Amino acid sequence: MIAYILRRLAYAFPILLGVNLLTFALFFVVNTPDQMARVQLGDKHVTQEAVEQWKAQRGYDKPLFINSNEGQSALTDTIFFEKSLSLFVFDFGKSDEGRAIGADIQQRMWPSLALALPTFIVGISVNIIFALFIIMFRASVFDTAAMVFCVALMSISGVFYIFAGQFFFAKMWHLVPISGYLPGMDAWKFLILPVVIGVVSGIGGGTRLYRSLFLEEASKDYVRTARAKGVSELTVLFRHILPNGLIPILTSVVVVIPSLFMGSLLMESFFGIPGLGSYTLDAIQAQDFAVVRSMVFLGSVLYIVGLILTDISYTLVDPRVRLS
Amino acid sequence: MSELMMVKPVLLWSDVLVYLLLVSIILFFWQLKKNPVAAARWAAVFESRAGLASFVVIVFYLLIALTDSLHFREPLEQLEGQQEVHHSQEVSSVLDLILADLKAQDETTYSEPFAIYSFAKENMQDADGNVYRNFPRLKNAGSHLSSESELAGDIAARAGSAIAVSVLIALALCLLHYRLSGRHYPRVPWLSAYITFSLLLVASVTLLQLGKVYHVFGTDKVGADILYQSIKAVRTGVLIGTLATLLTLPLAVVLGISAGYFKGWVDDVVQYIYTTLSSIPGILLIAASVLLIDVYIETHPEDFNLVAYRADFKFLALCFILGMTSWTGLCRLLRAETLKVSQLDYVQAAHAFGVSHMRVIFRHILPNVMHIILISLVLDFSVFVLAEAVLSYIGVGVDPSMKSWGNMINEARAELSRDPVVWWSVGAAFIMMFILVLAANLFSDRVRDALDPRAR
Repeated sequence: MIAYILRRLAYAFPILLGVNLLTFALFFVVNTPDQMARVQLGDKHVTQEAVEQWKAQRGYDKPLFINSNEGQSALTDTIFFEKSLSLFVFDFGKSDEGRAIGADIQQRMWPSLALALPTFIVGISVNIIFALFIIMFRASVFDTAAMVFCVALMSISGVFYIFAGQFFFAKMWHLVPISGYLPGMDAWKFLILPVVIGVVSGIGGGTRLYRSLFLEEASKDYVRTARAKGVSELTVLFRHILPNGLIPILTSVVVVIPSLFMGSLLMESFFGIPGLGSYTLDAIQAQDFAVVRSMVFLGSVLYIVGLILTDISYTLVDPRVRLS
Repeated sequence: MSELMMVKPVLLWSDVLVYLLLVSIILFFWQLKKNPVAAARWAAVFESRAGLASFVVIVFYLLIALTDSLHFREPLEQLEGQQEVHHSQEVSSVLDLILADLKAQDETTYSEPFAIYSFAKENMQDADGNVYRNFPRLKNAGSHLSSESELAGDIAARAGSAIAVSVLIALALCLLHYRLSGRHYPRVPWLSAYITFSLLLVASVTLLQLGKVYHVFGTDKVGADILYQSIKAVRTGVLIGTLATLLTLPLAVVLGISAGYFKGWVDDVVQYIYTTLSSIPGILLIAASVLLIDVYIETHPEDFNLVAYRADFKFLALCFILGMTSWTGLCRLLRAETLKVSQLDYVQAAHAFGVSHMRVIFRHILPNVMHIILISLVLDFSVFVLAEAVLSYIGVGVDPSMKSWGNMINEARAELSRDPVVWWSVGAAFIMMFILVLAANLFSDRVRDALDPRAR
């Protein structure tokens, strides 16, 4: 098992290097630091000195790949080494505004997690319960109506759920504050509405998907055998279909668990939660490329960790699967 | 010279792609006639009521997008003694001609749907010259009414006559179609198509008739008609849904099939490419690329001498990037299916006869993975339409000068905290989007059921 994980981590390295090269190409080759400086400094008639100064302050005045210096610094004293390769040791450096990105991330990932984790857990539980309920009445009018309802829910943009939730619960009925955040235990007041909205907006797609997974399980031979020997319908559902149907559900959601740290751009910015999602969004809107680059790298790392966890979870829930 | 002769046609790149899309859809259904197996599968889509009704809705939206893709620049009025004709900087479309009434009716600021008074108070003078503040009458809404008490009656009368006339027209058209063509295909549930068609026709005729004298969905901050905006946004929505997949489709098909067919190092390279791309969070890749496009446009102003060119360039780039974040899924599916298909006996037999790789791929592999491509095309459509709203909200969506549902929502967002709430702009975008996405979702379900062998 440990050897397998180590090998997978080794495989991850070339992929992360690819991500690194791609973002490097996008941010430094397609667009030169000169152009970035001009956009950041805003003015059309910005002087060359101001551009040089902006670049020097942020270390963008070095050569891209190879420095003309002698010796080791030929490769290390470059933008690629300092800005891209340093990400591999999670040295995120400073944002274009001069703040330490690493410290920002450590501080902001907890509010993100406080929002994303409950949304994730409650969302999956609700979807599974709904799907099971629909399965109990499969091939009936209720099933059809529920499916039409799910498709309708899926057809509504997530932005509208937020608008409607904020309008009714916060503005009309004053049940929760419209937006904002407090650290510590007081946070729940601010989190409950975004969590509910996040869960509701996922119900359509999630319930439909889980229903189809459960249906596939329900059509298998062992389920028919169980019925044939007289097992009651409820026992079939909870003893046979549910545990086996959970396997594909579990393995399909494990991949997103590490990415929960990244937070949700939309939710966090609407509700003013100071997490990584709103951090990223602020960086996008302020065109702070250093932060965007760090978040791209972090997101890729978390995704790859998610893929490895998925494989491990396969062996844990299904003893037939062996890692090789 | 007549007025019409002097307009200057403008061909945007996205227009070209729309025409290509239309031609390929027509070609696709035309060649379906020659292939009875595929035709029977597609017949299953159109023989279901939900499939046919949603198809009618999608075609309706497509037609709006098409009339909005015939662009031209209107000539400016000639000055005395001027020989040359100068053209307006504004690019209009055929749809703008149809909606000319709506487009021209600007107010000064917000107004509620069907309102005849403005939403904001203004300084006004009474007969004695005293200044007071009150809600002014709108310039272009209900100006024929003498008081607000006539409003409800007038709306009912106008809506009633529009509905009556359009129902008659719809009925006549449906009967005509049934006599001429429909009755020869008894298995198709024509009734659902006719009902959908009639509803769409009645709704659009009524809205346009009422839109002549009222702001049916109100006006926005600068007084522009919301109904006009939400109809203009149809093109953006439809195009982003289709072009995002189509622009990256060649990449996914070529890489996916060659990975599955040639295996070995080709497979390794392709797998590396799509794992790398899919490990980057999609929204960040889009945001980063859109930022770079903005920088490119800002530093190359000479390439975009019209606002429409700039908006179009940014729009196509956005479609391409959206496609880049989603083609990896299709590529992976195609690779897996090709791996399976290329092991089948008839492919082995083709190899034994010395058929070239190209021929095997085009004759044996491609037709057998075609259903995966089509299913992902229709499935992704609604995803992209919804994504546009979110992206425009984040500020990395289509150009602000381009009408889109996302931009409408984004502009209205700040106003939701006003009291009373300005809800109509968001509401109109919501309705227009919901109808299209719901139709697309229902249609894609039917297509998947009909084409996916596993679904049966």
